[in-house]
Amino acid sequence: MYHYDEIDQRIVNERVRQFRDQTRRHLAGALSADDFRPLRLQNGLYLQRHAPMLRVAIPYGLLSSRQLRRLAGIARRYDRGYAHFSTRQNVQFNWPELAAVPEILAELAEVQMHAIQTSGNCVRNVTTDHFAGIAPDEIVDSFVCCEIVRQWSTLHPEFAHLPRKFKIAITGAALDRAATFVHDIGLQAVRADDGAVGFRVIVGGGLGRTPIVGHVIREFLPWRDLLTYLDAILRVYNRHGRRDNKYKARIKILVKERTPEKFAQEVEAEWAHLRGGPATLTDAEVERIGSRFTRPAYLRLPADDAALAAAVAAEPPFAAWVRRNVHAHKVPGYAAVSISLKKTGVPPGDVTAGQMDAIAGLADRYSFGELRVSHEQNLILADVRRRDLHGLWLALRPLGLATPNIGLLSNIIACPGGDFCALANAKSIPVAEAIQARFDDLDYLHDIGELDLNISGCMNSCGHHHVGHIGILGVDKNGEEWYQITIGGHQGATRDGAQAAIGKVIGPSFARAEIPDVVERLVDCYLAHRDSEHERFVDTVGRIGVEPFKRAAYGPRAHDAASPRRAGMEAVAAARLAGPRANSGVPGIEVVQ
Amino acid sequence: MSALIRERRVIADRWVFAGTSAELPAQGDVLVPLALWSAERDGLALRPGRIGVLLGPADDPAALVHDLPQLALVAVDFPQATDGRGYSTARLLRERYGYTGELRAVGDVGRDQLFNLARVGFDAFALRDGEDVAGALAAFADFSEAYQASVERPQPLFRRRTNGASSAIAARNRRSSLAALPHEFNFRRPDPIG
Ligand code: SF4
Repeated sequence: MYHYDEIDQRIVNERVRQFRDQTRRHLAGALSADDFRPLRLQNGLYLQRHAPMLRVAIPYGLLSSRQLRRLAGIARRYDRGYAHFSTRQNVQFNWPELAAVPEILAELAEVQMHAIQTSGNCVRNVTTDHFAGIAPDEIVDSFVCCEIVRQWSTLHPEFAHLPRKFKIAITGAALDRAATFVHDIGLQAVRADDGAVGFRVIVGGGLGRTPIVGHVIREFLPWRDLLTYLDAILRVYNRHGRRDNKYKARIKILVKERTPEKFAQEVEAEWAHLRGGPATLTDAEVERIGSRFTRPAYLRLPADDAALAAAVAAEPPFAAWVRRNVHAHKVPGYAAVSISLKKTGVPPGDVTAGQMDAIAGLADRYSFGELRVSHEQNLILADVRRRDLHGLWLALRPLGLATPNIGLLSNIIACPGGDFCALANAKSIPVAEAIQARFDDLDYLHDIGELDLNISGCMNSCGHHHVGHIGILGVDKNGEEWYQITIGGHQGATRDGAQAAIGKVIGPSFARAEIPDVVERLVDCYLAHRDSEHERFVDTVGRIGVEPFKRAAYGPRAHDAASPRRAGMEAVAAARLAGPRANSGVPGIEVVQ
Repeated sequence: MSALIRERRVIADRWVFAGTSAELPAQGDVLVPLALWSAERDGLALRPGRIGVLLGPADDPAALVHDLPQLALVAVDFPQATDGRGYSTARLLRERYGYTGELRAVGDVGRDQLFNLARVGFDAFALRDGEDVAGALAAFADFSEAYQASVERPQPLFRRRTNGASSAIAARNRRSSLAALPHEFNFRRPDPIG
């Protein structure tokens, strides 16, 4: 856990004071709604369909039990007793009163939290690998890099009014769990042959209405030059990014219009002036930041625990949980545990105040009082002794937090959608629930294996549907809610070595009631074609292409596997294929390598 | 009439804006857009009174590199407060092109922008109509510190920190970090195993 020093705390306190005054002026009529809007957005406050929504930063997804208890308290006092963890490692409250927001921010500041730059056209909360610091494949600890970038981006004077929002992701491990290819800037730690640490710099990736896989503009950036190089990229973007059309304002459009090569040249030319300047990082600063992180005091433990092995053998439900929700740790005798917030019937990412308090207690008892938030909207206890796994599982079960579905189809990522979000074309939460209800047989789920299913309620893509192995997007068709399906998207490497890809649309949209059937037919098609249990859904799509899946989704004769529900769907599919195309007017999906 | 703040005080504005050569007053200090300056530089330099140039958000300040010693004022227009290009323009003028004269933010300039505008090198602010001047003057103190290097504080916070202020946690960890850190720093947090 990073611990603020006096200046970090003072800056956050002063931001609370500033926002309190801005809110006061707005409520007193001295600051118009239009002028207040960018100010409140820079502090994470949206005015949504039902009530304001306050997004609180969880920098790089790292959270202490004390902070989680404070979030629970805020959920009780100012909200309706729950909170929502987002896909960007943040937490959202959906029901606070505008006038109470300064008070909430003051309470957050007491536990070293804030809502700075969680929205608005500025550099947002930097995200990273939820296994930072513990992953066996780690090159550098990305938390330290993230905190350095957090401080650099916090209230940056030059980049508070960019053309559009700006998201940075950092990974410090060999396997990219931070989706660096679909961020405005992705940084991948790399180690040169001589042992020097630096970053591969990826620019211009992103989801939203024009999903694009980012481009590497520099293979190796020495770590000391990190901030001057970020300044150079941001300056080129701030000056030249489009401001005439908000749908073309992200950096990915600038990179595309300039071409990645030309854009890289412009950045290098700008950097030539900044390189070696005062923002160049020093060993002392990196050491200082690193030293402000507390680190678990691990015990020396044997790598294997006999009691654990016995419990796994004796209790199949526990074994299923260990298989899905327990992850490798670089320290012998320890493991990381995912707490699934994806129980069927609960909106993905939602937790009640009672659950937050209970999880905080478990973090204290089992994991050094720390937690992480994953971009899959789950919580992670990162440092659990293997011998404690069974006890932890027993404690999680009655809380409804032991669903063994990490990486499986029912671990659905879904944005708040039409139930909460003013921008939505369609609801996403009921769709997630219907799919979870259809795939409620755990053995079947485990047999299907790893499958990322992501749902967004509109083209803004907060549910990251483009990188779902199956992606579902809410579209509006004459005022009705329809859903477009993509397959083959992914983030993180697949079998063929691709780092990330945008899913391909399989055809016309579906009505909400059809979605569980369609997903089932896609899954059936995969099961019929996979070369072995080791070939995941997304790898099969990569090998055999979209066509077989398309035929499976829309027509019954295309694939050989028998699906019990298929016959009944024939008439529906035929009728819908004959009907109007639901996705006309929705911008095309484009794949840029 | 909007207020002008310079060096943290409200002052009278002596500058007259002329958008075209027909609007140029016979004498006195005049502010002209970049296009007019570029077209009639020589004539303008000869007229009595000082010259200032107004840059729009898309104007490249590099166009003024050779003229800056002649200019008593550079104004940067913010058509909307949310158009942040002028912040980069200001830093380039101050940090790259060495401009030391008056740098004025004009347009949609309110109190909530002043703190950052001052940090990137503006020293004069033509407030938009109706802005509360007392509140605006107070806004320069919205924050007492900032992390980044800027025109106002050329060194970033991490180069200005005094090392003595660390908390007990940092002190405790520093001991282990010194023992654990290899020479080539690798971003690893101190790891107290063993
Ligand atoms: S994807 Fe659309 S509907 Fe979903 S949260 Fe984002 S803006 Fe709202």
